[in-house]
Amino acid sequence: MSFWRYLLTMALVTYLIRAVPFVAFRRKVTNRYVKSFLYYIPYTVLAAMTFPAIFYVTASPVPAVLGTLVALFLAYRGRGLVTVSLSACGAALAANLILYFYK
Amino acid sequence: MNRKKDFREGFRNGIPIALGYFFVSFTFGIMGSQSGLLWWETVLISMTNLTSAGQFAGVKIIAAAGSVTELALSQLIINLRYALMGISLSQNTDENFGTAGRATLGFGITDEIYAVAVNRPVPVSKIYMLGLLILPYIGWTTGTLAGAVLGNVLPPVISEAMGIAIYGMFIAIVVPKVKEERKTLLIVLLAVAISCALRYIPVLSKISVGFAVIICAVLASLAGALLFPVPASEEGGAA
Repeated sequence: MSFWRYLLTMALVTYLIRAVPFVAFRRKVTNRYVKSFLYYIPYTVLAAMTFPAIFYVTASPVPAVLGTLVALFLAYRGRGLVTVSLSACGAALAANLILYFYK
Repeated sequence: MNRKKDFREGFRNGIPIALGYFFVSFTFGIMGSQSGLLWWETVLISMTNLTSAGQFAGVKIIAAAGSVTELALSQLIINLRYALMGISLSQNTDENFGTAGRATLGFGITDEIYAVAVNRPVPVSKIYMLGLLILPYIGWTTGTLAGAVLGNVLPPVISEAMGIAIYGMFIAIVVPKVKEERKTLLIVLLAVAISCALRYIPVLSKISVGFAVIICAVLASLAGALLFPVPASEEGGAA
């Protein structure tokens, strides 16, 4: 399959899902169930993408689990996107380097 | 408010978003080159999509030589939240924000840009939105470029650990919400449970990554809509 077909598909679907409602709907969604379904979508998508895939980021699960715990803790304490993301990275990287050099 | 001031304010508001984007797209760039994409292919994906979760899932599907249908469906479901954000942002735009402006600047609706724009105390103008988009777009593109080029140079012990950055960002979006809302916590746990089932139950683990995300999100969100419908006044959105 050519890269261009993939690129066009991704770009077009992503653009249309953003632009069409922004252009067409200028009033609120009224159906309670449709609204509720859309309300949960961001969180269910992100959670399903994260777990359990996050545990397989590093070759050994230990750095990945450590990074996950750091991210969960800092996010729970209300830290911002960049802080949470960088700290998780730092923790996973440190653990990965330690495992690499001391194994 | 005059146009120059509007533009400058948007531009300034885009700075922290751009910094975050540079870092996350750097890991996307690494992932792209690890998945066998050429550096310019990975950069083109970032320039034309400007979205984190959708691009990460998309590259996984491309790397697995998935079908175009699977790719389109995964983008549709993962990015469905932007539809809601577009509708929501429509409530806070000024009277000059017409169809042409919406059709072009709508491209830049992301979790973070939406969050900043929708919380603006005065209605969002086209020129403010344009100013707001510029730096995050540059950050997203250059971060991808740096990651795609350096991804082949960095040793795996470093680059694989950096792969956790995107998930860290997802966690930072979801956790504050589930901390404050029990119903969202239960629905998110349901999504995770389905996701684990699809991964670890042998028959189900044959389902591809893209479809697995779709199945989890749709089933859990349907359960949420039926069990805990949100009150009429609440707005959605990931940020």
